[in-house]
Amino acid sequence: MQILVSGIAQGCVYGLIALGFVLIYKATEIVNFAQGDMMMLGAFTALSFIGFLGVDYWLGFFFAILCMAVFGYLLDKIVLRYVIGQPQFAIVILTISLGFIFRALAGIFWGHEPSSFNTPFTNQIVNLGGVIIAQEALSIIIGTVLLAVLLYIFFTHTKLGVAMQASSQNQLAAYYMGIPVKVIFSLIWAISAGVSTVAGVLLSPISLIDAEMGFMGIKAFAAAVVGGFGSLPGALLGGAIIGISEQLAGAYLPAGFKQITAFVIMLAVLTIRPEGLFAQIQRKKV
Amino acid sequence: MSLFRADNLAIHFGGIKAVDGVSFEVEKGEVFTLVGPNGAGKTTIFNLISRIYDPTHGSLHFDGHEITQVPPHVIAKLGIARTFQNIELFEHASVLQNLLIGRHAHRQSHFLGELFFTKATRSMEQAHREKAEEIIELLDLAHYREQMIANLPYGVRKVVEVARALCTEPKLLLLDEPASGLNVEETEDMAFWIDDIKNDLGVTIIMVEHDMSLVSEVSDRVLALNDGRMLSMGTPSEVQSDPEVIRAYLGGDA
Amino acid sequence: MRILFKTSYNDDIRLMKHGGYLFWYALLLIAAFSAPLVLDDFYIGELALVVIFAIAGLGLMVLVGYSGQVSLGHAAFLAIGAYTNALLIQAGTPFLIAFPVAGVVTALSGALISLPANRMTGLYLAIATLAFAIIVEQILVRWESVTGGFQGVAVDAPDLFGYQLWNPWEFYLLCLVVLILVILGVLNILRSPTGRAMVAIRDSEVSAQSMGVNIAKYKTVAFSISAGITGLAGALMGHKFNYLSPDTFNIIISVQLLLMVVVGGLGSVHGAIYGAIFVGALPQFLALARDILPPAIAQTPGLEPGIFGLIMVLFILFEPLGLYGRWRKIKLYFDIFPLYRKATFKRQKAYLKTERMK
Repeated sequence: MQILVSGIAQGCVYGLIALGFVLIYKATEIVNFAQGDMMMLGAFTALSFIGFLGVDYWLGFFFAILCMAVFGYLLDKIVLRYVIGQPQFAIVILTISLGFIFRALAGIFWGHEPSSFNTPFTNQIVNLGGVIIAQEALSIIIGTVLLAVLLYIFFTHTKLGVAMQASSQNQLAAYYMGIPVKVIFSLIWAISAGVSTVAGVLLSPISLIDAEMGFMGIKAFAAAVVGGFGSLPGALLGGAIIGISEQLAGAYLPAGFKQITAFVIMLAVLTIRPEGLFAQIQRKKV
Repeated sequence: MSLFRADNLAIHFGGIKAVDGVSFEVEKGEVFTLVGPNGAGKTTIFNLISRIYDPTHGSLHFDGHEITQVPPHVIAKLGIARTFQNIELFEHASVLQNLLIGRHAHRQSHFLGELFFTKATRSMEQAHREKAEEIIELLDLAHYREQMIANLPYGVRKVVEVARALCTEPKLLLLDEPASGLNVEETEDMAFWIDDIKNDLGVTIIMVEHDMSLVSEVSDRVLALNDGRMLSMGTPSEVQSDPEVIRAYLGGDA
Repeated sequence: MRILFKTSYNDDIRLMKHGGYLFWYALLLIAAFSAPLVLDDFYIGELALVVIFAIAGLGLMVLVGYSGQVSLGHAAFLAIGAYTNALLIQAGTPFLIAFPVAGVVTALSGALISLPANRMTGLYLAIATLAFAIIVEQILVRWESVTGGFQGVAVDAPDLFGYQLWNPWEFYLLCLVVLILVILGVLNILRSPTGRAMVAIRDSEVSAQSMGVNIAKYKTVAFSISAGITGLAGALMGHKFNYLSPDTFNIIISVQLLLMVVVGGLGSVHGAIYGAIFVGALPQFLALARDILPPAIAQTPGLEPGIFGLIMVLFILFEPLGLYGRWRKIKLYFDIFPLYRKATFKRQKAYLKTERMK
């Protein structure tokens, strides 16, 4: 049971990062390989507010999200806007490179000592019907669910959300319809950065914050792939599946399997059902 | 025996019957045209013949063989070539390179020969080039030979589409709206070329077309479709005067 | 301005399009082969590494530039080639057999990964190759009975008919010969039906299929060729470092390969070479830079990938055609002087075309 809960919690973190990817992908068809590193930056920003400046947890959390949202917005405005329309791989390389830059910058500004800060959930436990669960894990799960619901409402019931979907499918047509495409893309990046920050802050009680945190972003990919790249609920579900499988592998299989579980699952899904659980890619009509 | 036969062809996409119960035969050397309003299923039939789609029911027969299960890339080797409604040329290659890919179905060289570019490979390359030049001459593409597709006007691209299909030396050519987007002169040129292809090259043609004057000029027989089903089949004048066809195009009293 | 008068189809088919090409390339070859006479051992060693990178870069170029499929995990192929070669030699196989066999084995592994990869579009493919690289690394670490795990494998200098190439310049010449053979092979493929088929798949899968191109087969072929070439480079790397361990081929190397492709310019053999030179020279500049920069920046472990990242970002934003593209522009400027216009290479405004409808 413990395994299940930690699996779901870890899976939620993967899911949140994957959510960030999928948001950007759905809107701009850019795959943001730096998503994990954005989570890392978010966690560090929160660290600066809460740990170094001593700001209250919830306030610091909020400020961190705000800062990162602005960062995401500016990132799109200054860098990414100019590569739209270039071949897919150029953009892939671009975001990977951005990831490297973020990691180097984090190392420069915050040093390489792993750190952490105190949260209301650290070292607290909760007793649910006889099963003891760490509050940290629970906070991750609840936080993820709340965020998912918020985003769902945003995308289906607001004009902005629908406009975002339009811009992604046919940018030129969206322009003609009067949609301020550039602003919308930047907003998507802002939201995505915010979501990653939430992931980073929720994760921080469980794992220490350091510059290499972003590597789990690659596993988040696997989550997005399993769920169907382009599907928001899929990303979360994929994350949960991978998180749980990883924990099971760690418990029952020999050493080394835990690290590759995510990738084996991903390759399996790509071979058997490439569209993932909620298919998003269609065949072109000729 | 007819060169090509479709038997009770049908394809369903979910609940939509894009093509339903279509049967027709095409004789060697004739020009057979599919007409019908948009959405009638004409291009879908082409996609079925070139095996991009799998039919839900029915069968396809070509040159004495059944081709319903044949994989798409084998179709060219069997002798069926097609053009695309929305021009699917290779944008970043020159006209000549596009045509040379059309020769792929007749590739005889093997990998090691190509790796070391043996004399045999070289002479095969020259043979391919000669065939491509014959087509270039036929369709008047000589001064566009080295140009990138991305730089060419629409009318020329349509001609290159046809040229590329001809490079596969087909027995059956599927032309998908060859005259769409062409002006009057270009359409006349296209009509002459279709005649040349039929008479000089001996290629059988199935065509989808909306331009009725072109259809009457070049076609031997016409099949009118609507909503995936057959309406009327016969000579161009027979089909054009069929009241069912008129009702489908112009509407009528319910 | 040079006008080519072509008199036969062969003029289009052959590699050296006119006399000028022959002259300059001959000069280049002479310079390359006589480098050991002028440079000392350390620089010859570095040059050998550049040549090895160029071979690997060509491998990646075949995949990315020509068949349009992105691979983020090419380091895995380096590793497979290196280990296969080293282990075969350890088992007593002569170098001249072990080396090509390593290439073939790596090519087969490329074919293996391409089986699932064939169904994927560019994006998924990139991720899948990344996953593949991580899995390969784990296998190398855990399969201790064969690979020695973290203890690694020692590799001697290559042995040609009993003569061991311990001299740096001998090794350099070996690498150079391999590079030239690989370049010729790649150029031959590209001007033949296989090469055309690969390019066709990149531009329009549907119509390539209608022309008789078996998509799955040619994607696999592209992957195999790419993997095979990279495997050969990996084998040479093993000999260069005289030692192999699973972390020799890490993410940094994959990044360097990408950097080569981006900086060099996509889709050309020249690009791979320029890229290799750039990536080979970079560590020297980095070492120099480290002395100038303040300690906070200079000491940070992530500096090297960070700088690589920065360079890639700048290139993609400002010079997407890479160094080779810049060279072509310069050449064109001189060729048609004084008629060169700034807008000659300017891209039209590009709009996002969705890849979800393929």
